[in-house]
Amino acid sequence: MASTSATATASWDGGSSPMNASYGKLMMWFFLLSDAFTFSALLITYGLVRSAHPAFEGLVNEFTFSQIYWPVPEKVFDAVPFLHGIELPLVFVGIMTFILIMSSVTMVLAVEAGHRMDRKAVEKWMLWTILGGLTFLGCQAWEWSHFIHGTDAGGALRDGTTFFGANLSLNQYGPPDFAAFFFFITGFHGFHVFSGVCLNFLIYYNTVMGVYDRRGHYEMVEKVGLYWHFVDLVWVFVFTFFYLV
Amino acid sequence: MATTDIHVHSAVHGHDDHGHDHEHEHHEGNFWTKYIFSEDHKVIAKQFLITGIFWALLGGTLSVIFRLQLGFPDMNLEWLKPVLGGWITPEGKLDPEFYLALVTMHGTIMVFFVLTAGLSGTFSNFLIPLQIGARDMASGFMNMLSYWFFFVSSVIMFTSLFLQDGPAGGGWVIYPPLSALPQAIKGSGLGMTMWLVSMALFIVSSLLGGINYITTIINMRTKGMSFTRMPLTIWAFFFTAIIGLLSFPVLFSAALLLIFDRSFGTSFFLSDIYIGGEALPNVGGSPILFQHLFWFLGHPEVYIVLLPALGLSSEIIATNSRKPIFGYKAMIGSMLFIGILSFIVWAHHMFVTGMNPFLGSIFMLLTLIIAVPSAVKIFNYVTTLWQGNIRFTPGMLFSIGLVSFFLTGGITGVFLGNSALDIQLHDTYFVVAHFHLVMGSASFFGMMAGVYHWFPKMFGRMMDDRLGYVHFWITFIGVYLVFFPMHYIGIAGFPRRYYSWTNFETFSGFADLNMLVSIAAVATLAAQFIFLFNFFYSIFRGRVASENPWKSNTLEWTTPVNVGHGNWPGAIPNVYRWPYDYSKPGAKDDYIPQHIPFSETPESNLPSENEQIKLESNGSGAIVVDKH
Repeated sequence: MASTSATATASWDGGSSPMNASYGKLMMWFFLLSDAFTFSALLITYGLVRSAHPAFEGLVNEFTFSQIYWPVPEKVFDAVPFLHGIELPLVFVGIMTFILIMSSVTMVLAVEAGHRMDRKAVEKWMLWTILGGLTFLGCQAWEWSHFIHGTDAGGALRDGTTFFGANLSLNQYGPPDFAAFFFFITGFHGFHVFSGVCLNFLIYYNTVMGVYDRRGHYEMVEKVGLYWHFVDLVWVFVFTFFYLV
Repeated sequence: MATTDIHVHSAVHGHDDHGHDHEHEHHEGNFWTKYIFSEDHKVIAKQFLITGIFWALLGGTLSVIFRLQLGFPDMNLEWLKPVLGGWITPEGKLDPEFYLALVTMHGTIMVFFVLTAGLSGTFSNFLIPLQIGARDMASGFMNMLSYWFFFVSSVIMFTSLFLQDGPAGGGWVIYPPLSALPQAIKGSGLGMTMWLVSMALFIVSSLLGGINYITTIINMRTKGMSFTRMPLTIWAFFFTAIIGLLSFPVLFSAALLLIFDRSFGTSFFLSDIYIGGEALPNVGGSPILFQHLFWFLGHPEVYIVLLPALGLSSEIIATNSRKPIFGYKAMIGSMLFIGILSFIVWAHHMFVTGMNPFLGSIFMLLTLIIAVPSAVKIFNYVTTLWQGNIRFTPGMLFSIGLVSFFLTGGITGVFLGNSALDIQLHDTYFVVAHFHLVMGSASFFGMMAGVYHWFPKMFGRMMDDRLGYVHFWITFIGVYLVFFPMHYIGIAGFPRRYYSWTNFETFSGFADLNMLVSIAAVATLAAQFIFLFNFFYSIFRGRVASENPWKSNTLEWTTPVNVGHGNWPGAIPNVYRWPYDYSKPGAKDDYIPQHIPFSETPESNLPSENEQIKLESNGSGAIVVDKH
């Protein structure tokens, strides 16, 4: 342990914060680590249940909804608002993902502005981030609503009756667990986004009120930024496992 | 961090040294802010302790009730009617469904509310700031929230005991489909819902606490308190908090999914079930999946319960043997190794679920490896005691008791970890005996040791030694009388969780052993009232303690007898040495506390320590790092 640290204030030998990280930032990192395990558990559960169901074997353009096999995602998620009847596989969710990732970029810019103590710029970029988050949530609401109401033709259940859309127990697209996991995991993620938007708004409000100027640093922006990037990262995994694979 | 030089005036709270943040605004406290919604880690620790004691008493009482049924199957329990009401049948017997609820609640209460919150919550909160030299936890507010989430969770769990249909009854492991289907047993009704809600809140509480413990240990250590100078207690709390941080969220996920299966019609864990000849609509899920998720928490949970107890006893054994702990770094290493292994052995709870035998053999191998770090710890305890100048304080006795249980119970773990032997032993009383000794009793003894040892710092008074000895010996012998016979019953195949065994010819020969176990259980529970009396009497009437009654090295003993908010009235002491300088050759006393610089102890310094003196004198306090 006899290594010489560059600054005397950031050693592991007590009396200072290792790596100059404040306890608040550490707390956020450890919380995110913990939350990562929550999401991992959910995604692994999803993966195992899905792999226990047969996959669709035929050609993609011959795919039809069935309770026998897990549906092909691009055949389920192919609708875009105002373009009823046109098949645009994964276009809408692609737009959603792009918006969420852009909101991470604006978050980075807000953090950077915070380092410069530039209150106006923090306000501007926080607003864009909040807007991005809200847009994502709005898109998700539309997608859920479309998923719930279903297609014009509907799909056959195991007993042969036609069912339109989806709920937690039954759906027209495939085995019951397909929709149940979709609702559960995207819902759980959406709740994280919603909490993130609330936190972002709180940060924005505090910035406008000059709280961080008085405090002398904008570290809160950074801490909430960590959370926002994490939520973004989780979406990349959710997106991969639900829409791409 | 801001300056650490703080002056606490007699009644006025000190400013906290991390005062640039918002959550520490202490006004002169009234009753509510001082004792109820306190942000002082010591008060929060006592809140956890008292709540834990309440739960321990309740959990113990529940076990005695079902032990009556097991030990005296023909007994008329009419006399329990005033307490249990409808749970006693008109024939004077215990209601079978209530028996299941008793077993479930006993497990839940003991594992989570007593040995997780009561043990870790009490001592992590109390000792971390005191032993690393901090004014308080990183976030006092989160710490307070942690207790109150636990409190609400406790209230919900407690309320569920009084439901018409009784509390949860599917076992503390709440395996679906039993726990997922309210029509299956009474104990899967509202009681199960409340169990899940309560546990979700409990997990939030343990997360808030754990994040706080970890960051406090990393960020708030006083000058000179490097990681290699931390007492083993702190290392144990550190690992415990990390294990909890990584495993509890998985139970959280599982509980949420189960809530959806129960209440919202999903089939995550359900498939192909018939009840009363009717097929349920659920298809596609897997109940085994729940077991994987549950045991991913469930196994690390064993070490969440045990590691703090091992940490406490390391400290107590070294202090009372007047010897440095043997193998300080080996102790840390073995705890780290145990912590890592705890995450990759969970499937040994599931050997008989139809798991691939090859996979079983891998989990068996990993499980058996745990014996290595565990043995390292046992040997280190024994070698610390070896030729020590042992003082048999009650805390010391309980610590030695822990070592005994850890050994006895640990050895049977080698049997159970074997996937072939487990076919015979699974879900028998052998398992019950194993985990009650190695994790239940060992951790409970660690907790008791901690209470006896740190009572003077908590309440400024001493507990009575003689009552402590009586309490120890009855409990120690009682625990062995309860759990040792269970091994024999278990090897014979006697299954756990059975309400009645008298109809099986095979088991009728064990009636006398079961009776012995039950009598011992009643006696052991009764002995705890000696402790309760001692505890509460000593808070108010005990002999007034001195600042450092055990002549111990760690920093908490440098605080005044009645520790105020902020812990040290003056500056926080710097740390110059490790915490185990007991009976150092040449030294004046048989102990040198951590805050004594080497420059004051030339007579006992090693050559390398003499070289550190010049680093002490530059006033920086931090010695290990050469700064220039």
